[in-house]
Amino acid sequence: MVYQHSVGNFNYSFPDLKTVLAKATPEKSGDQLAGLAAQSEQERIAAKLVLADIPLKQFLREEIIPAEIDAVSQLIQDSFDSKAFQPISHLTVGGFRDWLLDYQTDGEKITQISPGLTPEMVAAVSKIMANQDLILAASKIRVITKFRNTLGLKGHFSTRLQPNHATDDAKGIMASTIDGLLYGVGDAVIGINPVSDSAETTLRLLEMLEKLRLQYDIPTQSCILSHVTTTLELIERKAPVDLIFQSIGGTEATNTSFGFSLDTLDEAYQAGKELNRGSIGDNFMYFETGQGSAHSANAHHGVDQQTCEVRAYAVARKYQPLLVNTVVGFIGPEYLYDGKQVIRAGLEDHFCGKLMGLPMGCDICYTNHIDADQDDMDNLLTLLGVAGCNFIMGIPGADDVMLNYQSTSFHDQLYIRQVLGLKRAPEFDEWLMKINLTDSTGKVLEVKGNKLLKL
Amino acid sequence: MSEVSNPWEKLKDFTDARIALGRTGGSLKTQELLAFRKDHALAKDAVWADLDVNSLRKQLEDLQIPSMLLSSQAESREIYIKRPDLGRKLSETSSAEIQNSKVPASDISIILADGLSANAIFLHAIPFLQEFLPKIKGLSTAPISIVSQGRVAISDEIGESFSSNISIILIGERPGLSSPYSMGIYLTYNPKAGNTDEKRNCISNIRTGGLPYAYAAEKLAFLCSEALRLKLSGVHLKDTFDHHSLKNESGKN
Repeated sequence: MVYQHSVGNFNYSFPDLKTVLAKATPEKSGDQLAGLAAQSEQERIAAKLVLADIPLKQFLREEIIPAEIDAVSQLIQDSFDSKAFQPISHLTVGGFRDWLLDYQTDGEKITQISPGLTPEMVAAVSKIMANQDLILAASKIRVITKFRNTLGLKGHFSTRLQPNHATDDAKGIMASTIDGLLYGVGDAVIGINPVSDSAETTLRLLEMLEKLRLQYDIPTQSCILSHVTTTLELIERKAPVDLIFQSIGGTEATNTSFGFSLDTLDEAYQAGKELNRGSIGDNFMYFETGQGSAHSANAHHGVDQQTCEVRAYAVARKYQPLLVNTVVGFIGPEYLYDGKQVIRAGLEDHFCGKLMGLPMGCDICYTNHIDADQDDMDNLLTLLGVAGCNFIMGIPGADDVMLNYQSTSFHDQLYIRQVLGLKRAPEFDEWLMKINLTDSTGKVLEVKGNKLLKL
Repeated sequence: MSEVSNPWEKLKDFTDARIALGRTGGSLKTQELLAFRKDHALAKDAVWADLDVNSLRKQLEDLQIPSMLLSSQAESREIYIKRPDLGRKLSETSSAEIQNSKVPASDISIILADGLSANAIFLHAIPFLQEFLPKIKGLSTAPISIVSQGRVAISDEIGESFSSNISIILIGERPGLSSPYSMGIYLTYNPKAGNTDEKRNCISNIRTGGLPYAYAAEKLAFLCSEALRLKLSGVHLKDTFDHHSLKNESGKN
C-alpha cells in the first residue's frame, strides 16, 4: 500500500504503517528523542490524513513488529477474534472514529467488537481523535471487574490507597493508610510500592495489610507492588496474596528489561487462580503501564511510544485484570515534556485501554522536572472523571515521599466526587457508612473518636 | 464555613507523608494548599537554576584545589531536559581542553555537575569535599571538573580523558517536594564512555536533614579503597561499609 498525501505545496510519503503511526502522533518529546516524530505540523497532519484513509483490514496484513522476533506480536496475532471484527471490517480508521462517536454506537456494541481489535488499530484511531472524542467514546464503555468489591460501574469511581514510606516502616505506612481510609480512599486496592523488593519485606507488609483488612472487615483488596517473581515465591510460601502485580510493556524486549516473559505471567495467573481469594469475583491481576517505557528500555523497534503502550494492553487483556493503571507522568520530560503532553497521553491511554476492554485507571502524576504542576493534574483528573475512568491514586497530600513525585491526593478524590456526583464501589461505600466515616451522599464525616483512630 | 480540625494529628509522628492535613468541605485548607505550592515552587526553581561555576571555582581556588570549567553538549537547560543523551557527552571545546591540559594519569577524577539541582551542588559540594579530600590524601587526583548541564554518565568520558582509575561525580538529584537541594554521588571504576549504571556505586540523599557529609565522605573513601583493591565497582562491589564502620558513626541524622 502506498502511504502518501499532499498538504500545502508538499507531497508527503511514508514508507510503512509504523512510520505513518509515528508521524500521525500528537507531539511527544519521547518520539522526538527517538527520531520518530513528525518534523512539522504539516507532516503530522499529512500522516493523520493518510492514516484516516487506511482500511482496518490493512492492520491485519502489515505487521509493525514481526511476530518472529517479538512474543507480544505473536500474542496479538493469536488473540485476534475475527468474528468480533466482522461488524467493523469494512471501515477505514477514519470511518471507525465516526462509528465510535455515532449515536447508534453504545457501550455494548463497542464491547462486542473489542476482541476483534488489534492494539495498532486502537492506537491508530486514537491518533486522529480530538481530546473530546477520546473522552466521549471512552465514556460509553464500562469495564466492570470484581474481587472483594465491584469496580467500574457507571457513576462510580474508585481509588487506590498508596501509603508508601521511604523505609517501608510499618507504623509510617499504617499512619498513611488510616489517614486515607478516613477520607474514604482505598476501594480499588490498598497498594504499597515497597522500597525493597525482597520477599521478606513484601511478606511483612502483606501480613500487616491482611490483619487490618480482617480486623475491620474492609471490603477491599491489598497488594504489595513487588516484582511478579517475588509474588510467585510468596504464593508458594502461602502468604496472603490478593492481587498479583507487574509493570508491563508493549514489546518482548521491554518485558525482558522488566525481568519477566509472558510465560512468567501465565504462571502467575495460574497461581492466582488456585489461590481463589476473591469473595465476589476472580479478577486478580494488577498491571501498570506508561508511555515511554519501551523507549527508555531502548526496546521500541521504531514504533512510537503510544502505539507501544497500547500493545501493552494486549498483554494485559489476556489475564482479565482487576486493575490496569497507566502511570502517565512519572517517566520524565524526555518522554512527556509538559502538562499538555501528559494530559493528552492520559486521555489516550484511558480511551485505548477501555476500547481494548480493560478496567483502566490512571496515576495522574508528574515529576518536578516536567513542565507541569498540580493545576494540570486537576485538569486531567476532571477530564478523566468525565470520561468514566475506573480509578485514580490517593496519596497523602498528593506527595509520594518514597517515589518522589506528585500524584492525586485524598482531597482530590473528594473534589471529583463532589463535582461529578461519583460514588465509590458499592460494597466499600456501604462499609464506610456502617463505620460512620461517610454520610449517605458519600461526604466524609467528622471522625472524632472513630475506632479506626484507635489502632 | 465548616472547618474540620483533625483529631488524628498524632499519626504525623510516624511518617513524613502529608497526612492529617484537615479539610474545608472536602478540600484542602488555604494554609495547606499554599504550603504545597511553596514546596513545589522551590523544587521547580531548583530544576531550572544555573550553576554558578565561577563562584565554585573561586571557592576551590581559595582552598588551593585546581579545577577546570567544562560543559556537556546540551547547550541550554531546555535541551538538557529534553535530550538526556547530550548531557552525557562533553562538548568538543571541553574535550579538547582536557586533551590539551596534559594532566598526568591519576587514581581519581572528581566531577561536580549541576544535574537536576544546581543549588544542591552549590550548597553541598564544597563542604563535602572538605570532609572527603583529607580522607584520600594518599591518592592522586585530576583537577576537579565543574560541569554545566551534566548527567551522571558524563563522568565516564571525563574520567577516561584524564586517564583516572576511578571517576566520582557529585551531582544534583531530581528535586523532591520535600528535598529540592539533594546531592547524589556516583563512583565508577575504570570509567569509559558507554558504561551503564550497574557499573556504578551510588550514595544519595546528601542534604540538610538527609545523609550527613561526614558519613557520606567516610563511605565514599571506603568505596574508593575497595574499588582500587578489587579493581571493580557497581553491583559486584558490595557495600559493606556499615558493617565496617563503628555503630555510632553511621546512620542518617
